[in-house]
Amino acid sequence: MAIDFKTGAEKNKIHPYKMLLYAGLGSIVMMFAGLTSAYIVKKSQSNWLDFELPKVFLISTFVILLSSFTIQMALKKAKEGLQNPYRGFLFLTAILGLVFMSLQIQGFMALEAQNIALTGPRSNSAASFLFVITLLHLLHVLGGVLALLGVSWSAFRAKNNPQNSLPVELVATYWHFVDILWIYLFIFLHWIG
Amino acid sequence: MSHEAALHNHEGHGHDDHGDHEHHDTFLTKYVFSQDHKMIAKQFLITGMVWAVLGGLMSVLFRLQLGYPDASFPWLESILGKWAKGGQITPEAYYALVTTHGTVLVFFVLTAGLSGTFANFLIPLQIGARDMASPFLNMLSYWFFFTASIVMLSSLFVETGPFSGGWTAYPPLSALHDASPGSKSGMDLWIIAMALFVVSSLLGGLNYIATILNMRTKGMSMTRLPLTIWALFFTAVLGVLSFPVLLSGMILLIFDRNFGTSFYLSDIYVNGVGALSNEGGSAILFQHLFWFLGHPEVYIILLPAMGMVSEIMSVNSRKPIFGYMAMLGSLFAIAILAFLVWAHHMFVTGLNPFLGSVFVLLTLLIAVPSAIKVFNWLTTLWRGNIRFTPGMLFAIGFVSLFISGGLTGIWLGNAALDIYLHDSYFVVAHFHIVMGVASMFGMFAGVYHWFPKMYGRYLNNTLGYIHFWITIAGAYMIFWPMHYQGLAGMPRRYFDFSIWESFKQFAELNRFISTVAMIVFAVQILFLINFFYSIFKGRKVTVQNPWESNTLEWTTPIRPGHGNWPGEIPEVHRWPYDYGKDGHDFIPQTTPVGADETGTH
Repeated sequence: MAIDFKTGAEKNKIHPYKMLLYAGLGSIVMMFAGLTSAYIVKKSQSNWLDFELPKVFLISTFVILLSSFTIQMALKKAKEGLQNPYRGFLFLTAILGLVFMSLQIQGFMALEAQNIALTGPRSNSAASFLFVITLLHLLHVLGGVLALLGVSWSAFRAKNNPQNSLPVELVATYWHFVDILWIYLFIFLHWIG
Repeated sequence: MSHEAALHNHEGHGHDDHGDHEHHDTFLTKYVFSQDHKMIAKQFLITGMVWAVLGGLMSVLFRLQLGYPDASFPWLESILGKWAKGGQITPEAYYALVTTHGTVLVFFVLTAGLSGTFANFLIPLQIGARDMASPFLNMLSYWFFFTASIVMLSSLFVETGPFSGGWTAYPPLSALHDASPGSKSGMDLWIIAMALFVVSSLLGGLNYIATILNMRTKGMSMTRLPLTIWALFFTAVLGVLSFPVLLSGMILLIFDRNFGTSFYLSDIYVNGVGALSNEGGSAILFQHLFWFLGHPEVYIILLPAMGMVSEIMSVNSRKPIFGYMAMLGSLFAIAILAFLVWAHHMFVTGLNPFLGSVFVLLTLLIAVPSAIKVFNWLTTLWRGNIRFTPGMLFAIGFVSLFISGGLTGIWLGNAALDIYLHDSYFVVAHFHIVMGVASMFGMFAGVYHWFPKMYGRYLNNTLGYIHFWITIAGAYMIFWPMHYQGLAGMPRRYFDFSIWESFKQFAELNRFISTVAMIVFAVQILFLINFFYSIFKGRKVTVQNPWESNTLEWTTPIRPGHGNWPGEIPEVHRWPYDYGKDGHDFIPQTTPVGADETGTH
């Protein structure tokens, strides 16, 4: 039976996968909204430890900002049909994502080195909150890195620039999102925390 | 075939791909790892039914204890073993049963079983789409639910028993391994199952939203959508925005449980353990995070039922739904208010009374859209040419229960009254009627109404009528008396009331409630027999549109294949509620507007 899965009205609308992604971003926003509001509630109660955010988190912020620039360049090159710069920027973004992740982990280690326990019986929930929030963001970045590597894989295998720029558009949107999310979290942890 | 290919290949290509796909359908891809939204809907429905039987059976077991606290049932010991030593359910088993009953009914039956089934089944069919935005994620949504089900089921068999600290999983019972037997590995499995469940419902919800917003057929503007779709849309939005907050609450719980953090735990003294080494945690914080999901969850359960009831009532009254835009507006208002009332579950936590009064006001505001909906249902029935099909009876039953249970909501929404009634049987009666039984009725209405579309056969009507009348009478006989018990101060969650002088007077009433509960449970078995028998042996559907309904699902073949419409997707020219218009009994959405037609929607 021959069935065309396309419906008449679809052509002028945004792609359903983009809609899926936007709704998904909304749900991720709610997750971090839940965590940061719990943070605010907890901070107003007794027994809250104040400490300086390690410098390395500032460096990681610059790294992820830079990676937003590179993914945007990758998107631009993909649309211009320039295959090699496209591959380069895409892969560079994935590398910057990995650098960001390792910097975050160094941030955790810097806190532990200052004798601020993130978990365990000696831990204060100020540090635990920072750890959990940052760790969950890290996992979302990891998801983005895997997606970037997946798109890079097909970019390196393809002979020509793909007709379909949807995967890279989706991954770029997600990547900008985790970037903005981190900037929000950094500002939140630095000034509110 | 993936949607991707559908969008980016031009016609010819798409045809070939799908042709191939049809050839390669194996048992595994058609019935198990199916990406057809209709099959996924049936998977959700049947898994939900299995859970409904298990959850219902649990309630029968704990009602047995409440109704016959002194009796001994040796057969219980042979089923439950050490959990019913000497033929009497142990207190630990009682709490485990109550907890699992709550968790399973709220999440696995009335969330996954209800909106999982009908969102999957009705959204593509009623908006005129081949399938969901991402059939693959849709399939994953079911399999996450299935895995969650297996994990939850396995928690019933661990040596220390399933989690027993209540479906709300408040710390410290949920955060401390040593707090109770059920807090050990039972709780680990509970939390894993719930995390998988949240993933399932997020994947489902995202798909429902994207599909409704992006994949409607030509002419299907948002205000031409059937109210079922609107209700399922708001349900999905509520789920997508509130489940992540529960997930974050549970992640913090996992850290407290396993990594020694102090989000919820403080230096409380636990019998046999001594004071904990944790410092400064707040158990109330979990309640805030939990109820920020928990209250929207009530509407996640209720809205799909409301939507289906609106549709079924209009079809079977042969009248347009009264106040379509008001119905839509009230769904929207309920969805917004759902996020602003969570603390009314926490009036007795030491909440600031001034803050409490804000939550009282916001809670009572929900009465406004609820009343609008009730009046619109009643005015839809008013002077209608009503066909009392079993589906219609369950829809009317839903409205009855929603009124009865909604009115007590006005009591409980008042902090002053709630402080007295909190944790009493009044609360049990309220939420079971308004959310539990009412939504079950919505689900039954949906199953009876759409069964011919699902399986190409009819359910047996006589069994349907028996099912309806005994269930509605039974529901009121079970839960109506509980209001009086609650007003008299009878607390919920007690294992045995016979040792309290003040509650001895309720011994016979408790026995009555338990007896009715067993009868009602037995009648649900009758429904299951009807359901499974009719799938294979029911009377065959021979007409395309048996209910003479306007919506698009009845323009598909009697047994639609993957892709729903063999040819072009029909175009829509009008809203779905043109019943009894200009001398026509019904005018399907696909009929173009005539030149001499009176005002159209």
